Parts: sequence; C-alpha cells; structure tokens
Amino acid sequence: MTKKALLDLSFIEIRAKLLEVAAFLDRLDRAEGDTDFRIASFRQAIKELSEPEAGRVRRILELLSDPTLEPVEAASGKSAAGAWPEFKD
Amino acid sequence: MRYIEPHAHMVSRTTNDYTAMVTAGCRAVCEPAFWAGFDRSSAKGFYDYFCQLTEYEPRRAALFGLPHFCWLCINPKEAENVALAGEVIAMIPEFLGRGNVLGIGEIGLNKNTRNEMKILEKHVELAVAHDQLILVHTPHLEDKLKGTRLIVDLLKSHPGVRPERVIIDHVEEHTASIALDAGFWAGITLYPDSKCTPARAVDILETHGMERLWLNSACDWGVSDPLAVPKAAMEMRRRGHSDDEIDRLIYENPRAFLSQCPRFRID
Repeated sequence: MTKKALLDLSFIEIRAKLLEVAAFLDRLDRAEGDTDFRIASFRQAIKELSEPEAGRVRRILELLSDPTLEPVEAASGKSAAGAWPEFKD
Repeated sequence: MRYIEPHAHMVSRTTNDYTAMVTAGCRAVCEPAFWAGFDRSSAKGFYDYFCQLTEYEPRRAALFGLPHFCWLCINPKEAENVALAGEVIAMIPEFLGRGNVLGIGEIGLNKNTRNEMKILEKHVELAVAHDQLILVHTPHLEDKLKGTRLIVDLLKSHPGVRPERVIIDHVEEHTASIALDAGFWAGITLYPDSKCTPARAVDILETHGMERLWLNSACDWGVSDPLAVPKAAMEMRRRGHSDDEIDRLIYENPRAFLSQCPRFRID
C-alpha cells in the first residue's frame, strides 16, 4: 500500500484519535486535585510519537511496562493500571 | 470467509453472539478456562465449571451448528490461593479424556507473583505428564512484558515442553518476538481497549509474518467483541491482503496448531 493510499484510508480516523488525546489532556488540566504516575509515563509516551524511527508502538508499550524481572512476593490486587507505578522521567 | 475462534469465553456470551459468529463464518470455537470475575469459593465450583465447559456449553454451541472445544486449568487470577489451585489441578486429569478437551489453558501469570509462578509450573508439569497442548495467558498492560519474559524463561527451562505445542496468547508489539523467536506459537487478542485493535494486529502480522500466529477475540463478560476476528479480516482486506492470506491466518493457522490434539476435528 502506498503512503498516499494509507492516508486516504486512515487519516480522518487517526486525526479524530489525536484530537481525543488533546481533549483528554485539556480535560485533565481542568479537573481538580493531583495526577498520579500514569500521566507521567503518558506524557513521555506522547514525546515518543515525534521520534523519527519506526517502532513507536513497541517503545511506548515498553515505556508503560514494568521493566524488572524478579517475580513479586504477592499481588496487591488483580487488575493492572496501564502504566508502571515506579516510572521516572 | 471461514474462520476459527480459538479463544472465546462463550459461557459469558449470549445466543445472539453464537448466531452472529456462525453467520460471519465461524467454523469452531475454543474456550479456555477462565476467571469468573470473582473468586470461586471451593474446588467444587471448578468441578461444576469444568462440567459446564465439557458437557453443557458444547451442547449449546451445537444448537448453532458450531463445534465447541475447551481448555482446562485454574486461571492465574486465582493462583494466589495455592492450596485451592493445587486441589483444582489435582482434579483436572479426570476431565482430560472428555471429547472436546484440547489441553491445559489458559495458564500463565497475572501480577507476576511467586505463587502464580508456582501454579504455572504445576500446570506445565501436568500438561507434560499428560502430553497436552498448552495455551498461555500473558498478563495485562504494564505487567505483560515482564510476565511474558518470565513465562517464556520457565517454559524454555522445562525439558518436556515442546514449543510447537505451546501458544503464548495476548502478544502485542513488545512481546510478539519474545514468543515467536523462542519457537512458540503466538496469539494476538483483539480487544477494543486493553489489548490489540484489528489495525494493530494487522500491523504485527505485516511486520512479523504470519507463521505461527493466530488471532482471537477472547470475548468474555467484559468489554470485548465476539466478531473481532472477522473484523480483523475486514481490515486485512481493506489493506489489500488476499483471500488466501486471510484464510491462512484466521482458519488454517489455528487449525494447524489445534490439530496437534487428535480431538480437534472440524471437517
């Protein structure tokens, strides 16, 4: 598929998703209280979108992941948060 | 179009879903044992669930002309209770001879704990001892990368595990290579929010190739879509993939893996 054909196929759909991200960040600014670890990695992930090399999805998923290798002693719950709580910029 | 749904939790779905799947071309559905959304209070609850998977649900699917197969285990979400998990694992062999049982699954990790690792190891021992296929669940979101590494390391270290008889499910862009490079099969799960969209799934197969890959909806009681596989086929068609390529990915590939179990017969 050519770049032009892909743009014709998907640009409007992806443009809408980009605007959703921007609207979410504006909404978050208007909300009261503090953010948490999730938004720190989210903002770093957004920077990754501007990188020129392919592999952006993989790098963003890695950035949102627990990079350690040791099993944990016990689970604090059953669900996942979507970002690693110990992420640091 | 024809396809196999290799991972769907049909006990949580309606008859309308069965109708829609069959209408879309589904030729067989495979149901791994799953967490109920709450912890079961005893091994007897699992006994009833295994009866549901091996007796009642195949009859319900048959009303729609759909062959139904299943996998048995205690899901990693309940593996923190090691004593209960041990009781359930001890009960599984009496079900392995039933006509629609494909193997042990979906086993794996959820929060990557030591207890989950112990129970995963017991399941692997059980599968090897009974020469069963293995279906592996990899954890969600931030836990997936670590969990996939731990699972693959555990499986590779077991001399009785044959990678071609194991599928590592729920891979995404950062974990597909971990499973495939180690010789395992890999499953891509199509979820609206928390796993892969059809578009990303097609990206993965365009970059990794189609060998040892399958797609599934893993539809259950949560936000999920029982028609996700045919929708991914639509995405492939939109991008110019041929009917043969689509058929290979959504029918021939799962058939090739599942046919390693002699009970899997759909033709």
